[in-house]
Amino acid sequence: MEVPILRQGQYLIASIQSALTDADLSHLREALIAQVGRSRCRGVIVDVTALDVMDSFAVRTLRDIAHMARLRGAETVIVGIQPDVAFAMVQLGLTLKGVATVLDLEEGLAFLNRRTEERFLETKPRRPSDRG
Amino acid sequence: MDTKKSMSVSTRISDPQALSESSAGLLRELVAHLRQNRTQLREEWARRITRAELLTAMTEEEIFAEATAVYDNYVEALETGTFEALQAYSRRLSERIIPRGVETDEVVGIVLLLRDVLARSLFTKYQDNVEKLNRILDSYEPAANRIANTVAVGFVEERERIIRQQQEAIRELSTPVLQVRERLLILPIIGVIDPQRARQLTEQLLRAIRANRAKVVVIDVTGVAAMDSGVANHLVQTVEASRLLGATVIVTGLSPEIAQTLVTIGVDLSEMATVGDLQGGIEEAERLLADRAAPTTQLREIAPESSR
Repeated sequence: MEVPILRQGQYLIASIQSALTDADLSHLREALIAQVGRSRCRGVIVDVTALDVMDSFAVRTLRDIAHMARLRGAETVIVGIQPDVAFAMVQLGLTLKGVATVLDLEEGLAFLNRRTEERFLETKPRRPSDRG
Repeated sequence: MDTKKSMSVSTRISDPQALSESSAGLLRELVAHLRQNRTQLREEWARRITRAELLTAMTEEEIFAEATAVYDNYVEALETGTFEALQAYSRRLSERIIPRGVETDEVVGIVLLLRDVLARSLFTKYQDNVEKLNRILDSYEPAANRIANTVAVGFVEERERIIRQQQEAIRELSTPVLQVRERLLILPIIGVIDPQRARQLTEQLLRAIRANRAKVVVIDVTGVAAMDSGVANHLVQTVEASRLLGATVIVTGLSPEIAQTLVTIGVDLSEMATVGDLQGGIEEAERLLADRAAPTTQLREIAPESSR
């Protein structure tokens, strides 16, 4: 199943609607990373509210998306991890280290707004890929 | 009674086919007999309950009212051979009488008394015809035993359900998740943490984080006397799971003993933000919340070099 990627201002929002196969996940990753550059966006939100299972491949893909998007100049935030899923994840040792996670889409947007503001203040003149 | 039982067993073995054919008819006759003598048998039963000093928590009128209902259900179960109605009734009865302190032996006792009363009346009725008495008892006894079983099991199950409910209530009482102000939760942990409680605690906290949209959680372990590596690791897991929901956890009140044990046994708590006492923890939490525009712990993890 294809995951729709929506554009909202400076951000891309990928809202996962149902369980994904590994191939779907890889496809999502490629599509997101390609779009980040094409649309020159500053942030990526991956909404996993609908997922009630998260395996190691899914977690690794999410982490990869975050790191790759950063290399392309966008911050990534994962939103909507369910409490049960979060608990299962930490028990399996899948903690998404180094990846920002917040409660829901609203928080995710607020988070990215804060982040990009900060970056704007820190780095003038503003360039899309000013981070190491 | 014993000899009669063994006689009836031998009858059954010798001629099972004929018995099963006539047993329905016998049961009908039996039910008719019980219906006819309803008032008298019921009174006899209630009298014997009082004499045996069972159900002392209830008044005589109550005993009589319940006895009537049990009697009717009993006869109905005998007649139809289905126990659902009786099961439902015994569950409702248990719900009513358990809070009044009725014990298991009393319930089993009264059902057995009813069985005895009815058996006696059968003896009296068929005393001239031992052969028929035997066959009547053959159809009566299994049903009666099953009824006694159903009522007793219903009672015990209800009690167990209540016990489970109370355990649940105690457990929930013991781990309150409190909202101090918007987006800030406190979880004071008191007493011994076993794996089951630790798990339940985490689940409750995660649910509360989502329900209250919390950004910061202070877990206070001042009231925890000892902590082993299992509990400590669970604490670390709780912190990580909370982060996945977007909340930062601050652990406060680790006692000197616990601090020493944890370092000695080599639990890695470096990922965990810890503050000495609850007050300090809340102050730190307020700072994190007040400074929404500035980098939070999460941001620092992502880009340590960019935090100022």
